Amino acid sequence: MAEETKAPSAHAGGGDSRPERSGGDRSERSGPPRGPRPGGGGPGGPREGGRKYFRRKKVCKFCVEKIEAVNYKDVRLLAQFVAESGKITPRRLTGVCTPHQRRLSRAIKQARNIALLPFAGRAQ
Amino acid sequence: MNRNYEVMFIVRPDMVEEDLNKLISTLESSVTSASGTAKTEVWGKRRLAYKVGRFNDGIFVLMLVEATGAAVHEVERRLRVTEPVIKFLTVRTDEEMKRLDKIKKLRDSKKKASAQPAPVPVTPATAEAATEAPASA
Repeated sequence: MAEETKAPSAHAGGGDSRPERSGGDRSERSGPPRGPRPGGGGPGGPREGGRKYFRRKKVCKFCVEKIEAVNYKDVRLLAQFVAESGKITPRRLTGVCTPHQRRLSRAIKQARNIALLPFAGRAQ
Repeated sequence: MNRNYEVMFIVRPDMVEEDLNKLISTLESSVTSASGTAKTEVWGKRRLAYKVGRFNDGIFVLMLVEATGAAVHEVERRLRVTEPVIKFLTVRTDEEMKRLDKIKKLRDSKKKASAQPAPVPVTPATAEAATEAPASA
């Protein structure tokens, strides 16, 4: 009862626009979320809701193809893991596992030293 | 103690083949005199990934050396002194080779174990087909 009596008084004192907005916001905030919450709060609901699109799980190319020797001479292989700027692509983008990334980065650095890969920029 | 190394070096593109062969033979003889073995592959002319001095390409040569560290050091010194050599890189490979051998052995032993039950590869194939069908539909 008290709230109801306060609301009209705000309408009268604060002008037309403000109370309408606040009232609208309240209804928007409280209204729609309440609907999905019971449904979304169910088993596995919010997890899938958070993912906007399906992302394929990245796998380490070296583990899958069983390439054990990461050699600085294999320029074609190394070039796949070097960005166009000449930088080594991070693991989070390529999905290479940690041990292989370690070997890979060493091989790339060796290849750079012997002018098989560029330090910066694309190979001429 | 002999170890395995790879010495790769680049000589300037305008080097005459005769001189290159002479250089390679002197390097090899310096290794063999230190009771090592050396094998050389000439990759031929290749484009460099970046300019070295004023050169845009060079002749790549790869030497597979099995010798002591001192012998390889001598090879490096010679390369540094030789003027037409514009770049070189030495990599020790014996530990890597050991590691690869170990992995290969492990894989071979696994293959032998899996060779006995023949129908094993059939079931994964059918399982894959089953999983693929709903995904495409």
